[in-house]
Amino acid sequence: MNELRMPSFGADMEDAEFVRWEVQPGQAVKRGVIACVVETQKGAIDVELWHDGTVARLMAEPGQRIPVGHVLALVAAEGEDWRAVAEQGAVAPAPAAVPASSSVSTTPAMPATSQSPASSSPRASPAARKRAAELGVDLSALAGDSPISLADVERAAARRRPTPADGMRQAIAAAMSHSKREIPHYYLGAQIEVEAALRWLEAFNAQRPLAERVLFAALALRALALALLEAPSLNGRYIDGRFEPSTAVHIGVVTAMRGGGLIVPTVHGVHVRTLPALMQALRDALSRARSAQLRSSDLADSTITFTNLGDLGCDAVYGVIYPPQVAIVGLGRVAVRPVVRDGTVVAARTVHASLAGDHRVSDGMVGARFLGALAEHLAHPEAL
Amino acid sequence: MISDTDIRQAIADGLARIAPEAELQRIDPRRSLREQLDLDSFDFLNLLIALHERLRVDVPESDYGKVDSLDALIAYLSQHATS
Repeated sequence: MNELRMPSFGADMEDAEFVRWEVQPGQAVKRGVIACVVETQKGAIDVELWHDGTVARLMAEPGQRIPVGHVLALVAAEGEDWRAVAEQGAVAPAPAAVPASSSVSTTPAMPATSQSPASSSPRASPAARKRAAELGVDLSALAGDSPISLADVERAAARRRPTPADGMRQAIAAAMSHSKREIPHYYLGAQIEVEAALRWLEAFNAQRPLAERVLFAALALRALALALLEAPSLNGRYIDGRFEPSTAVHIGVVTAMRGGGLIVPTVHGVHVRTLPALMQALRDALSRARSAQLRSSDLADSTITFTNLGDLGCDAVYGVIYPPQVAIVGLGRVAVRPVVRDGTVVAARTVHASLAGDHRVSDGMVGARFLGALAEHLAHPEAL
Repeated sequence: MISDTDIRQAIADGLARIAPEAELQRIDPRRSLREQLDLDSFDFLNLLIALHERLRVDVPESDYGKVDSLDALIAYLSQHATS
């Protein structure tokens, strides 16, 4: 039997509001299938299953606020009888979930299929019911002596809790304050010539259909993963006073959201992907982040963060480490700048690469070696 | 020959998916589209993919400099669209 628990999407996340199930008891499931949706400060997130099996028992209900680590569901392993697993769950203590503090959810409630029989739903006018569904207002919280009117629903929506953008800002503030309090940062920067990398990429892309074109960011991610092999103390997590290095490279990619805020979806296994596969993974992660359809694995387990200002923005960026990680790599704007080659000043495209590292784990020597390796890999793009 | 109005509409529809708040009428057509709308390289590639689906015009990377402003993009698409 496997337990699906409320995942943590960041060092400062305590709990999340349960929104809805996407699976039902008796359903055969594969690893990676979306089990449910939860509402966090980072928006609504699809929670994925980590094991193959059969869904046995669902232990969370819409509207509950559930702490990180609490059991959401029991999943029978292959070969196990899911009904027996469900029975087992019935005697286990239920999760200590409390109702969501606010009556207003930012996610429209799905009509419950199995739970909440019609008799228990509050009396409300059809117009009020329709509007409540549109606005994501929980009618049961408004129930009183008289039927709920459209005006009641509108008023409840106006009392809406902070918008997702406010929640995101709070999450960013909490994580970054934690970082600046706990992590003794050191910073390094280097100007890296990327003319060879960009020319190679332009030739590579010229032979590919538009939809499969590879962005410089993907090439940079690949170079970053290879450079990390030479500086393993930058890749991993610092937990309970100890650094746990990671052999796999999962890179959180900082993505600015329109209207403000940041999302950092994870691109997994950067060290083992070919460039086209890496671009596809980056495309998927960015698309889900920008359409606010993230999955739990998008936010779960990055081992380092990458922030890339691309060709907009400033010349250089110095990041703040995202705990429990121990480093963040930044690339500024790619631009044509003067470069000295064989004693002559020439115009070439360059980028300012930066590293913020955690002094509890590494120091400038390691960081310098990393930036040197990054420059070296970008100088030989054909090997990426 | 495809009209500029159709091209304009294709750009507006493509942008609606990428930068929903963008209003084509409020854009300075001679200044950089990407800078005015904060389109990063991923957004811009997605816009070109959307335009390719609609107009069958492929903008190679070497021509990115020719499609920087709205006016330039419309002119480029108009010149390369076959139907």
